[in-house]
Amino acid sequence: MKALDQKVLRDLKNISGMVLVIALMIACGVATYVMSLSSYDSLRITRDAYYDDYRFSDVFVSLKRAPEQVKSRLREIEGVQQVETRVVAMANIEIPGFNMPVRGQLISLPNEGGQPQMNRLFIRSGRLIDPQKDNEVIISEPFANAHNLEPGNRISAIINGRRKQLTIVGIALSPEYVMEIGPGAVVPDYKLYGILWMARPPLASAYDMEGAFNNVTLTLERGALEENVIDRLDLILEPYGGLGAYGQADQTSNFYLSEEFNQLKVMATVLPLIFMGVAAFLLNIAIGRLVRSQREEIAVLKAFGYSNLEVGLHFIKMVTIIVIIGIIAGIAFGAYIGQALSGLYKEFYRFPYLKYHLEPYLVVSSALISFAAAFAGVIFAVRSAVLLPPAEAMRPERPAVYRKMLLEWIGLGYLFDQPTRMIIRNLERRPFKAFLSIIGISLAGAIVMLGQFAYSSVDFIVDAEFRRSQRDDLHVTFSEPASRKALYELNRLPGVYYAEPYRSAQVRLRHTYHTYRTGIQGIPENSELRRLLDTDLNVIHLPENGLVLTDNLAKNLDLQEGDTVQVEVLEGKRSISNIPVVRLIHQYFGLAAYMDLDALNRFMQEQEVISGAYLSIDSKFRKDIYAELNRRPRVVSVTYREQLIQNFYDAMAENWLIISFFISMFAAATAFSVIYNNARIALSERSRELASLRILGFTRGEISYILIGELVVLGLLAIPIGFFVGWWLTAYIVYAMQTDLYSLPLIVEPGTYTLSALIVIVSTIIAGVIVKLKLNRLDLIAVLKTRE
Amino acid sequence: MITQTPHPITTASIVFRAKALTKTYVMGEVQVQALRGIDMELYSGELVVFLGPSGSGKSTLLNILGGLDTATSGEVTYRDHDLITATDQELTEYRRDHVGFVFQFYNLISSLTARENVAIVTEIAEHPMTPEEALTLVGLADRMDHFPAQLSGGEQQRVAISRAIAKNPEVLLCDEPTGALDSQTGIKVLEALDTVNRELGTTTAVITHNVSIGAMADRVIHLRDGLISEVQIIEHKKAPGELSW
Repeated sequence: MKALDQKVLRDLKNISGMVLVIALMIACGVATYVMSLSSYDSLRITRDAYYDDYRFSDVFVSLKRAPEQVKSRLREIEGVQQVETRVVAMANIEIPGFNMPVRGQLISLPNEGGQPQMNRLFIRSGRLIDPQKDNEVIISEPFANAHNLEPGNRISAIINGRRKQLTIVGIALSPEYVMEIGPGAVVPDYKLYGILWMARPPLASAYDMEGAFNNVTLTLERGALEENVIDRLDLILEPYGGLGAYGQADQTSNFYLSEEFNQLKVMATVLPLIFMGVAAFLLNIAIGRLVRSQREEIAVLKAFGYSNLEVGLHFIKMVTIIVIIGIIAGIAFGAYIGQALSGLYKEFYRFPYLKYHLEPYLVVSSALISFAAAFAGVIFAVRSAVLLPPAEAMRPERPAVYRKMLLEWIGLGYLFDQPTRMIIRNLERRPFKAFLSIIGISLAGAIVMLGQFAYSSVDFIVDAEFRRSQRDDLHVTFSEPASRKALYELNRLPGVYYAEPYRSAQVRLRHTYHTYRTGIQGIPENSELRRLLDTDLNVIHLPENGLVLTDNLAKNLDLQEGDTVQVEVLEGKRSISNIPVVRLIHQYFGLAAYMDLDALNRFMQEQEVISGAYLSIDSKFRKDIYAELNRRPRVVSVTYREQLIQNFYDAMAENWLIISFFISMFAAATAFSVIYNNARIALSERSRELASLRILGFTRGEISYILIGELVVLGLLAIPIGFFVGWWLTAYIVYAMQTDLYSLPLIVEPGTYTLSALIVIVSTIIAGVIVKLKLNRLDLIAVLKTRE
Repeated sequence: MITQTPHPITTASIVFRAKALTKTYVMGEVQVQALRGIDMELYSGELVVFLGPSGSGKSTLLNILGGLDTATSGEVTYRDHDLITATDQELTEYRRDHVGFVFQFYNLISSLTARENVAIVTEIAEHPMTPEEALTLVGLADRMDHFPAQLSGGEQQRVAISRAIAKNPEVLLCDEPTGALDSQTGIKVLEALDTVNRELGTTTAVITHNVSIGAMADRVIHLRDGLISEVQIIEHKKAPGELSW
C-alpha cells in the first residue's frame, strides 16, 4: 500500500474517538431521515396496495330507500364501472359481560354469498358467512380485539327494536373502515363502536328493505369524472331520500387516514431534513477543523512535491471512510427503527399486511448529502491550508495576537485571575471560531427542542378542545333530528343536572366552484356546556343570524368575511339557499361551520329541531343514565368525554410521540458529538501550550480549568441561542404541519427548554471529563523538545 | 559589504542564481525585512554553509531557493527555471523533481514508520532509490520499521535526511540540521550529509549558526541583517568527524 494511504489508516486510528463521534453525527442525521421516510413510504405503499387489492370503491351514497330496480339506472351513468347496493343500519349491540352501550354499523353482504364486489373483506380468522343462515355475522378486528371476541362467540343486536342472537363466524378488516369512527366522534373508540357484516335478507326484512337498498357504492371507469357521476347519482336518488353522494376524499375513514398521512408526511420530511441540514453543517465544521489541525503535515507534503490535488485527495479518502461508517450505521439503524415503526403503524391503522420498503432513493440521497457536506468541509479546509506557501505553514505558529479583553477595557480586569484571562482572551482572539462553535452547539440544542414539540402541542389541544371548550359529561346523538321535547325528557332523567341542545345539519357548501360537505353546528345562545373557543381561548358569541366559519374552511371555499355562501341542505327538506358568512374564527380543529341554534332552525324551515344534546350529570347516576338512553331507539350514540380524551391520546398521540422520542434521542447524540468534537480539537490545538504551563508549575487541575473553562463558556453562551433557534425551528414545523383538519398550536414548554439546556450541560460535562483524562496524561517532555 | 572571491570551480555549472533578492514578511503586527538584497550563485556539487546569527535571513533564503516561500522582489533562478514567476503548481513540480529538504525539527509524519516516511517521497519521484537503500546510507538499516516516537532525535534527523536524498535530488537544502542535537549526534548527521554530497554529487546547502560547521564546507556564505557580509572559500575542508563544538 502506498505510504500516503497508510497514513490515512494510521491517522484514523489515532483519532478513533473523533472518528466515531463524527460518524455518530452522520449516523443520527441519516437514521432520522431513513426512519421517518421509509416508514411513511411503506405506509403509503401499503395503503395503496390495500385499497387496490380489496377494491376500495370510488363513490359512496346513503339514501332512505330505493327499490332494487333503480340499480340498473345507476349502472347506466356514464363513467360508472360497477355498482353495488347494500342495506346498512345502525344497531345496539349487546356483548355479554360488557355494560356500556355499544353501537354497531351493520352492513349487508351479497345475497349469493361470498365477498362483495367492492370493499372486500380481509378475513383474519374464521370464514365468510353462509348466506343461507340468517344469524351469522362477521365483525371488524379492532372491535373483536377490544372485546376479546372470537369466531364462535355469541352476541346480540337490537335490530330495529328486536333483539337478535348472532354468532360470530369471522373476524375481518375492510378498506372502507381502516378508521372506525362512529357518528359524532372524531377518533375511533373500538369498545363502543364496531362494524358488523351479515347476510342481507335478515337485515332487509328487519328494516323493511326487502327488494330495496339504502346504501350504494360504486367504482368508476378510468378517466371518469367523479363530479359528474356524483351529480347524476344525486339526481337519480333524490326522490329516494339520497343524502348526497361523495367520493373517496370525503369518505370518513379515508379522510381521516389521509389527514394522518399528510401530517406524517410533513413530519417525515421536514423534521429529518432539518436534522440532516444541521448534521451536515456540523459535519462540515468538524471535518474542517480536523484538516486544519494537520496544517504542518500538509506543509511537509507540499514541501516534498505533493500537489494540492494529491493532498486534497488524501483527506477526501480519510473523510470518505468516516462518512461511510456513519452512513452504513445510519441506514442500518434507521431501517431497523423504520421497520419497527411501520409495524406499529400497521397495528394502529389495521392494515391486513404491511410492506416495508426501503426505497433506494433514501439510501442514495442520504449518502449524497453526507458526502457533499463532508467533502465541502474538506475542500474548504484543504484550500486554506495549501494556499499558504509551505514555509509559512511550517513556521512555528507565531505567538497569536492577543489583546486586552473587552472586560479589561471597561475596568473589570482585576476581577479575573491569569488563567481566567487566558480563557477569555483566547475566546476573543478568534471570535469567528468561537462563534462557529457556539452556533454548532446551539443548533444541537435546538434540534433537541424540536423532538419535544409534539408533546406540548398535543397536551395543549386536548386541554383547549376537550376540557375548556367541551364541558359536558355526556354527549347524546339522536338517530334522526328530534323536537325540543326530547330535551325535556333528557332533563327529567334522574341524575341529569342540565341538558343543552344542539343541531347538526348535513349540508354542502358552495362558493364559486369550491364545494365542501360538512355539518353546520347550531349552538344555543349562551351555551354553557359546549362553548365555542378560538385559539386564544376566548369565548365566541354567535351572531343572531348568519354563518360563522373557521378560517381554514373559508380558505377552502375561497371565502371572506361578508361573502355569501350557497348552502345545499342534504337532509329533510332538501333546499338550496344562500347565507352570509358574517364572521371567521380561528380554531385548532379547523373545518367547522356554526350558527345560532334558532337561526339554523329558521334556515332549515323547521320548528325547534335538535340533533342531540350535551348533558351535565351526577356521575353516581352514570350507569343508570346509560342504561336508560340505551333503551331509547332514537338515541344512536352516547359518548363520555373522558373516554374521548383517552381515545384522542391513543389515536393521535402515539405516532407523533414515537417519532419525537427517537428524534430526541438522536438530537441528544448529535449534541454530544458536537461538544465532544469541539473539546477534542481544542485539546489538540492547545496541548503544547498547556503542557508548557505544567512545566512552569501549574497543576493538572489548573490547566484543566483553562481548557474546560473555555468549553463551559461556549456551552453556556450556546444554550440561550439554542433556545432561540429551537423556538424558530419549532414554529416552522408547526406552520408546515398545519392541515385543514387541525393546526397545532406553537407551544414550547419550560420543560423543553430545560431538556435542551440539560443535554448541552451533560454533554459538556462528559466531554470535559474525557478531556481532563487526556490532559492528565500530557507528555511534558515531548513539549520541551519541540519548538513553540 | 560583499566580497566575491572567484572560486576554483567556477567552470562548474551554476545551479542557483539570485540577484537583488529581497523578502519582507508580516508576522502579526510586525513587519520583518528578512532579506535586503542578496546576490549570489551556488555551483553544482558543492557543499555550502550559510552562516549567520538568528534573524540574519538564512532560513528565508533557503526557503526561497527551495520554492517553499515567495520573494518580495529580485530574481532567483534554478538552472533555467525562474522561481519568482513560477506558479504554485510549477513550484510543486520543481520541489518534487529536484529538491530534497532537511528541517531543524525533522517534520516527520508521526503516523508512519521510518521506511514509510521515506516511501512517501520515493513514491512520487521519477528515479528514486529504494527506502531501504536510503536508510542504509544513513546507517538506519535496523530501525526501518520504527515510528518517529520510538527514535532518538539524531535518528529522526537521519530519517529526514534519507527522506530528502531518497529521490536522488540534485539539490539538498538543510535548515539547521544539527540544531536540536548534541554534538556527537550532530556529527553523525553531518557525516551523512557529507557522504551524500561526495558520493552522489548532490549540491548541498546547510544553514547553521554554529561557526565550527563551516569548516566542512567548500564555501561559507556569511549572512548578517538580510545581506551577505562575506563569502569564504575553504581551501582545506575538514571531515565532520574532525569538528567539535
